[in-house]
Amino acid sequence: MRRRLVLIILLSIFIGLTVWITELDSLKYMQPKTYGDIMRQGWNHIKMVGIAELLAIGVGVPLGILVTRPGLKNLATPIVGTANVGQTIPSLAVIAIMAPILGYGFNSAIIALFVYSLLPVLRNSYAGINDIDPAIIESAKGMGMSRAQIAWKIELPLARPVIMAGIRTSTVICVGTATLAVLVGGEGLGKIILTGLYTQIPLLIVQGAAPTAALAVILDTLLEGFESWMTPRGLKKG
Amino acid sequence: MIKLQDVKKIYPDGTKAVKGVTFEVKEGELCVLLGPSGCGKTTTMKMINRLIPITEGDIYIDGTNNKEMDENELRREMGYAIQEIGLFPHMTVEENISTVPKLKKWSAEESEERSRKLLDLMGMDPDEFIDKYPTELSGGQRQRVGVARSLGADPPIMLMDEPFGAIDPITRDRLQDEFLKIQEEIKKTIVFVTHDINEAIKMGDKVALLKDGELIQYAPPAELLAAPKNRFVRDFVGSDRTLKSLRLMRVEEAMKQSPRVVREDDDLEDVKRTMETNEINYLIVVETGNRLKGWINKEDAEGVDSGRVADAMVADTGSAQIGTSLAEALTVMLEKDVANLPVVDEANKLQGLLTFHDLQKLIGETYTERGGRHPEV
Repeated sequence: MRRRLVLIILLSIFIGLTVWITELDSLKYMQPKTYGDIMRQGWNHIKMVGIAELLAIGVGVPLGILVTRPGLKNLATPIVGTANVGQTIPSLAVIAIMAPILGYGFNSAIIALFVYSLLPVLRNSYAGINDIDPAIIESAKGMGMSRAQIAWKIELPLARPVIMAGIRTSTVICVGTATLAVLVGGEGLGKIILTGLYTQIPLLIVQGAAPTAALAVILDTLLEGFESWMTPRGLKKG
Repeated sequence: MIKLQDVKKIYPDGTKAVKGVTFEVKEGELCVLLGPSGCGKTTTMKMINRLIPITEGDIYIDGTNNKEMDENELRREMGYAIQEIGLFPHMTVEENISTVPKLKKWSAEESEERSRKLLDLMGMDPDEFIDKYPTELSGGQRQRVGVARSLGADPPIMLMDEPFGAIDPITRDRLQDEFLKIQEEIKKTIVFVTHDINEAIKMGDKVALLKDGELIQYAPPAELLAAPKNRFVRDFVGSDRTLKSLRLMRVEEAMKQSPRVVREDDDLEDVKRTMETNEINYLIVVETGNRLKGWINKEDAEGVDSGRVADAMVADTGSAQIGTSLAEALTVMLEKDVANLPVVDEANKLQGLLTFHDLQKLIGETYTERGGRHPEV
């Protein structure tokens, strides 16, 4: 309840700021961005995050689960290890490295975002399966469930909340990182922030930053609801 | 029936976990695999349902070599319960218990009926518990559901790996008693792993004592206590094995039938005379229907000049009920500081008399020929 209140207050502040700045007549020697600009860049932002995140889920979840399988277990350490190391590199650095390799443009921005979003998804998918109490798997096996039955009926349902948590974390981080994607030719709310930085108009920076923050809060809340919906009843606390 | 024939488990690194074990578990028998940790008892059990592959030797289930059976089919014919229970947290109690029935494609109604019956058997109210999740249960209840789940599809064989290991001693004791009662009814062929000698003695029809992957002694508990094969067995069963063997014997095995009794309103003088002539200094007092009232001894009687038996009677003598173990009876004797203990049935009707002297004699015999509650020994 209290958390929800904090979220609503935060959201009102971010949206309020955006509206206030947009309604101003002028910012120093420049007009503020219009609602149309914000909407267009907001949509671009969502598109980039959406595509990158879907790619991250498409690769991260199966890969994370695959390296828990008996035959591929020895791949787990290098793959998950690499993912963990990747996560420690600052997002700006990841994006900066991508620019010379992939060139400038919307696509390379998406690939940079994908690489950075992959890590939490991959790590949680692996941990979700790997951290299941071995006694549960042993008793499933001991009762005569086949490998496929154990995977579908036991492992996946139990890992689902953890995997979902990974996707949620990854998405929220991705919304933030996407503001940097303009540096390699991406679109999105980062463009407004960047313009503000170049022209040294703080209010313009806020006009890009506030809707970005609002987007992160909204997506986080939506995904939290989805996560809870995906969590089997017996695993819910309280 | 389960038959192990020179079964060996050698791991790729050369570790010999089980070094050629041969024994047989008869139908309806509870066989305890006992031994210190690392003795190979769990490994031996897991080779029966092939959770661990057998390196050498054969295991026959009702005459069929278990290597020739599909491993999942094989496991569905054997209940499996482990110490950590391993209930599926995302499934209700009913879904957990119905795991194997569902694998065997039972109908939903059949599965539910079976779950209800099993919960009932485990002393849990089906209406209350059937839709609960494991997190909503106490440790003891989870343990019960774990056992119920292993009985899910009514398998003829059960494998149990310290199924009562992870709970407090009082609950464990109760669960053991309950399970023994259930076993009397369902008569499964059970392989039961434990490291606890007391549990082994209490639960087992037979005990297989293992050490370093070898079967040291395979015998009924009473024989294990009375005739340990070597020093290791003697040390393992403990120096109090005499007391342990008392736990295996019931009062009715040691009591004297129809002891001499008097009634409350008998004349005290007559009773004193009887004691004098028969040279006895202790008599049990009963009321109508042979129900125990108390006892009267010679010294007390002499202090009272005349009257009825009731005037010299001691009311609280303690007693032992038919079916209790000699160990419990001995405890009562020591607590009440008496050398004679009346034995009664549920209705407090006198059945016999247990004397300290008889107990001593019996303990002596234990070492020579007695086999306790296992007459075939």
